Amino acid sequence: MKNTNEMEIRFDSKSVNEGFARVAVASFMTQLNPTVEEVADVKTAVSEAVTNSIIHGYENEIHKVSIRCRIEDNVFTVEVCDKGRGIENIEEAMRPMFTTKPEQDRSGMGFAFMEAFMDTVEVESEPGKGTKVKMKKTVGKGREIWTTQSL
Amino acid sequence: MKYQVQEKCLTIYLPREVDHHNAEEMKREADAVIDRNHIKYVIFDFEKTDFMDSSGIGVIMGRYKTICLIGGEIWAVHANARIRKILTLSGAAKIMQIYDEEDKV
Ligand SMILES: Nc1ncnc2c1ncn2[C@@H]1O[C@H](COP(=O)(O)OP(=O)(O)OP(=O)(O)O)[C@@H](O)[C@H]1O
Ligand SMILES: [Mg+2]
Repeated sequence: MKNTNEMEIRFDSKSVNEGFARVAVASFMTQLNPTVEEVADVKTAVSEAVTNSIIHGYENEIHKVSIRCRIEDNVFTVEVCDKGRGIENIEEAMRPMFTTKPEQDRSGMGFAFMEAFMDTVEVESEPGKGTKVKMKKTVGKGREIWTTQSL
Repeated sequence: MKYQVQEKCLTIYLPREVDHHNAEEMKREADAVIDRNHIKYVIFDFEKTDFMDSSGIGVIMGRYKTICLIGGEIWAVHANARIRKILTLSGAAKIMQIYDEEDKV
């Protein structure tokens, strides 16, 4: 039988919650015995998706962002959802250096980082309805036990 | 934002985590200091930093745009392996000097 575990969090789309979201996901992930590097990869990917929901999805209005994590044996899945403005052209949005907010010093690297640090990244989005980013990573090859490090 | 100005050089001491939450204020303050002191060189000091995402890349690239117009340069110092990876992946490493000391991992 598969070893599974799930958790969900839902929080206001305030930038102060970006750090909270990273730490919450990282701490749920510890049961997989990940390496320091794997934890850093997941934290970066989560930070990118949550920041996108806040600045692009809700354009700095306060609504809810939700994160769902699932562990299935050594596969870690994390989904970040918003009910914001959505993405018209997902393929274009995911292209490295593509950004719709260059005037705000965005450089269009968010999706590129998610793809570099996770095994798979899937985006579902509909204009006016919202966006869901689903990412997976196989973790826990267990070289260095990260729990001895700080979050 | 913690920073130091020496003649035309601004050193920004980045916080432990550079994300969207603290990048906004850093950008505002850095731009004001650059403008006021006719800064030509910006040094990003990563000594205390163990996390940075694309918002940090935005801080660097945005300041580069201003500085390169007047023929200045930007530098990164004390960047650990993780930060260097982020700088390399994003292409920021190509437009800045990364000062390599003994690798601290
Ligand atoms: N949750 C979302 N809701 C609406 N649009 C989004 C969302 N996430 C991403 N996008 C769109 O996709 C584009 C690319 O996102 P990506 O994270 O790669 O770059 P960025 O956020 O613009 O810049 P950076 O992440 O480097 O600061 C965004 O500019 C935005 O138009
Ligand atoms: Mg982004």
